[in-house]
Amino acid sequence: MIVFESVNKTFPDGTTAVASLDLEVGEGEVAVLVGPSGCGKTTTLRMINRMIEPTGGRLTVNGRDVMSVDPPELRRGIGYVIQQIGLFPHRTIAENIATVPALVGWDKRRTRERVDELMTTIGLDAGVADRYPHQLSGGQRQRVGVARALAVDPPIMLMDEPFGAVDPIVRARLQDEFLRLQSEVNKTIAFVTHDIDEAIKMGDRIAIFSQGGHLEQYDTPANILAEPANEFVESFLGGERGLKRLALIPVAEIEADPGPVVAPDDSAEHAARVAAEHGTDWVVVVGPDRRVRGWTFVDGVGDARGTVGDAELRPFALQVAAGDSLRAALNAMMASRTGVAVRVDGDRRYEGILTQELLSRTIR
Amino acid sequence: MSVLPDLPAMAPVVAAELVRWSWIGDHVDDISRRFNEHLFLTLVPVAAGFAIAFPLSLAAVRWPRLYGPLLSVTGVIFTIPSLALFVLMIPFTGLSRLTAIIPLTIYTLLILVRNTVEGLRGVPRDVREAAEAMGYRPARRLFRVELPLALPVIMAGLRIATVTTIGLVTITALIGRGGLGQLFIDGFTRRFSTPLVVGLVLSVAFAVTADLLLLGVQRALTPWARENR
Repeated sequence: MIVFESVNKTFPDGTTAVASLDLEVGEGEVAVLVGPSGCGKTTTLRMINRMIEPTGGRLTVNGRDVMSVDPPELRRGIGYVIQQIGLFPHRTIAENIATVPALVGWDKRRTRERVDELMTTIGLDAGVADRYPHQLSGGQRQRVGVARALAVDPPIMLMDEPFGAVDPIVRARLQDEFLRLQSEVNKTIAFVTHDIDEAIKMGDRIAIFSQGGHLEQYDTPANILAEPANEFVESFLGGERGLKRLALIPVAEIEADPGPVVAPDDSAEHAARVAAEHGTDWVVVVGPDRRVRGWTFVDGVGDARGTVGDAELRPFALQVAAGDSLRAALNAMMASRTGVAVRVDGDRRYEGILTQELLSRTIR
Repeated sequence: MSVLPDLPAMAPVVAAELVRWSWIGDHVDDISRRFNEHLFLTLVPVAAGFAIAFPLSLAAVRWPRLYGPLLSVTGVIFTIPSLALFVLMIPFTGLSRLTAIIPLTIYTLLILVRNTVEGLRGVPRDVREAAEAMGYRPARRLFRVELPLALPVIMAGLRIATVTTIGLVTITALIGRGGLGQLFIDGFTRRFSTPLVVGLVLSVAFAVTADLLLLGVQRALTPWARENR
């Protein structure tokens, strides 16, 4: 738990980097500090391990006032990952990861075991343990940086644009890996980025800063997107706010429409009636096993004596399940001539349809 | 070195027989004594110079305002002609070894201070910062992170200082020291080329060997830099 109480930072030249900041990062929570450059987000982060000292207020980490702790002691208990990584070029990967264990005096065996364990956790081949940092790729180095920060299993982690220096594809993968790792280790994390999309993806809560270290809003990504506190936040969130929100809301959150459903042995006449009731000119064909067979225009079913099963069925290429985002649902809608997304359960059994109207009602 | 006296003497010297091998055989003891003195007059000033330059460099890194004046002072001293400096020492230290050692030591300072400071300053900021953030205390960070990373530049300085000193030692022959430089004086005054050639070959061989040796030490100490760049 990290708690800022009216914390100030004024530099000797008189510039105020952080102004009377109140902020609380709960146990096991990822708080993303985001804002334009010069907004004091990095200063805020670096005050937590006293790389920069606050000039006023109170800052506690797990109940201890940081100003009362010897800085090196404090820092050994706080993992730190920076964009430039800062691996030690003269030490092997294993030695780099073992940096803090060496500082706190772990014995060789315990250190060795921990290094092996971390290399597995972050998905690094054991063969690179004795290589030097310059022999690794950027993505691998960044993983080593994370492993080094995790070495003594500190409860707190500080991350300053940790994925800023790698290409977008690697970045997305590292972000996913990080989220998976965090779900296992449950660290209390302060994470700085200038990228609002990264903030929305990574943060349990997002702190949006403006110039001069003013905290404009601190809330969950969904709440911030739903109700930006002011114009600054709104403009910082940028366009496509609706789309960003859709990405955060799972399909399970909204109730699916039963949809114009018919069985393969239903008559053409019945199909036409069902379509008319739902105001569509097509029907979803669901088999007795509740699996989706596809959809068809009611015109295409043929003469009134035929059954739906005789018609040529078109597939729903994309289907969504409870855990998918509404953004995925929207994508499925775009992919289908029907303009709806079919929701299925884990066994791909039909659960209903999602319409654009349902989506816009949800985010309105 | 341009301070050798009596340059016109070169012509007859070279014209005569270049190396008389029997002279070398007769003077092995003398030559090795000269060589040992040359070795001593190189090692002591370089070691003493490093012992002085190192703390000065740390101070200059810690208080950057010191660095400018420090470079100016050592730089000005470096421009004093070496012969003049040796002669200036005589009233204080007579013709003792110290008269050679003190100026030779002072001459290494500029090179050693500059390379040590630049080496330490060249440690990447992010590495230094990461070390601080991991919980290194300043002294440990200096010895475990900064100095190892500055080592290639510091060693380069040590190599230049050593090779420069090996050359300068010969000049101290003019104040009665000089190691292999004595062989030059001997050759010139007697218009006899053999000692001259022997002194030249040995001092060049010494300089090259010392340089390679230090390079070897540097390579051994920095395995991480081997395939780098």
